[in-house]
Amino acid sequence: MSKEFSTFKKVIRLPHKYGAGPTFTRFYEGLKQGKIYGTKCPECGDVLVPSRSMCPKCHVNLSEWVEVSQEGVIVSWAQTDKDFFGKPGQGTYTVALIRLDATGCDFLHLLGGNLSKVKTGSRVKAVWNEEKKGHMLDIKYFEPK
Amino acid sequence: MGKKVAIVGSGQTMHGRRFDLAYPELVNEAIESCLINTGVDAKDLDGVVFGTMPSMMEGVALTHFYFADVLRAKGKPILKTETCGSTGVSLAITAYYWIASGMADLLMVVGSEKMNEGDAQATMTTILEPFYQMYFIAGAPGVFSMQSQEWSVRFGIPEEKVRDAATRLSIDHHNDAFGNPYAHIKQRLTPEQVNTARIITYPVRLWDVCPTSDGACAMIFASEKMAKKLGKKAAWVKGVGYSGEEYWFGDSDKVMWQSAIQAAKQAYDMAGIKNPRKELDVAEVYNPFTFQELLYYECFGFCDFGQACDLTLKGMFSKDGELPCDPSGGTLCTNPIGATGLIRVAEAAMQVTGQAGDHQIPGAKQALAHAMGGVDQYNGVMILGAK
Repeated sequence: MSKEFSTFKKVIRLPHKYGAGPTFTRFYEGLKQGKIYGTKCPECGDVLVPSRSMCPKCHVNLSEWVEVSQEGVIVSWAQTDKDFFGKPGQGTYTVALIRLDATGCDFLHLLGGNLSKVKTGSRVKAVWNEEKKGHMLDIKYFEPK
Repeated sequence: MGKKVAIVGSGQTMHGRRFDLAYPELVNEAIESCLINTGVDAKDLDGVVFGTMPSMMEGVALTHFYFADVLRAKGKPILKTETCGSTGVSLAITAYYWIASGMADLLMVVGSEKMNEGDAQATMTTILEPFYQMYFIAGAPGVFSMQSQEWSVRFGIPEEKVRDAATRLSIDHHNDAFGNPYAHIKQRLTPEQVNTARIITYPVRLWDVCPTSDGACAMIFASEKMAKKLGKKAAWVKGVGYSGEEYWFGDSDKVMWQSAIQAAKQAYDMAGIKNPRKELDVAEVYNPFTFQELLYYECFGFCDFGQACDLTLKGMFSKDGELPCDPSGGTLCTNPIGATGLIRVAEAAMQVTGQAGDHQIPGAKQALAHAMGGVDQYNGVMILGAK
């Protein structure tokens, strides 16, 4: 290009207070106690985790709370060493879809610990941070059993 | 059934890194080209359909207002449609409905993106809520890697074969892009270059991934009466399909991928297509990642589930194969996201009207255009015919 054109740099910073509502609030309270909660659909019987206020398949409101297993199997996973915006933590990032035992959907979270032999179908269990803040990342990661 | 809908023609920008123009000027480049190609006078338009990615990626909210002047929209209605990566096909479907309803005779449809101005990956995290998913699927490659691995494990396809098929697609498309004057990335690649390129998100490597592009696409949609009056060789919309699924990524099966299967089925049923591999002459499949393109072949019934790698390696979907896919180089070589789906429709229209130039598939009469949006959540398909 023969000519350099001007650019104009601007940072837009917009603080936003997201209301978690009663269902996520109760889910986070569970995390604070080291528990993972789902809600059970009275029509299809699926336990959905994290807990929801509505079943996306049956479109009915959910009010039955179930503490779910902290173990499950890896349905799929992906790994990157790259840094990217919004990445929780530093270093290698391994994300997975995990089917927690006796639940009706896959739970998204991180994998950690010794992953040298991990593959789709491997069993994993939740590892918690010592300090729990009522946040999705109170679960540090899932590690192979 | 609605009234017949014609596509009269299109215009595209030279896609790439376009700091030589401000965003409205870039959109205008596609529109001027479209108006020249079609001979349409903007004052005769009944309305404008416009769309992009979400505002966070644009840097300005309500870009259809910002671009109103170049959209020639003074005194006319603007409909904005926004469905993330599938925006372009949604724009085409919006225009289709508008004309098929009989409420308009002549519309301009425009999609655009200037991805190099912002941080595309960062802005894409804003399509996720901060309660749960934002931490785990912040980068598109992670989502597509998980989907690809689930697919290959489910059907027992050896990792090496998936890699070989993805490599074949990457080499073919980057080579095909040389025939497309508007394409962003054109590259002669060897298998070794593709297979040893740096890993983005395992198993996806650099040449498996689409670029960050600036560009726009504009099209003219018309009623049968108006198409005849304009006297240009038109493509005709034969079928449309659009389908979505649950918001939460882990709630639905992304291998037997309902929204992709359903969108294609709706469009095929409407177009009367029973055997897509035989009845389609060319397909512009949304392929931001090589691995995902393989899965689409299966979801769209181009072959059975688990067969896409074998058939790709046999050349079934190459430019000279039985069903050429993405002879333009596709999304893999050019991805100004808000325009990308519309470029698929424009390319399909160019193919069935014999105007695709160096990447023309000889004698193409029926074509498929497709795009996907959200976190693997929505798929849209449009079938175009020469008659």
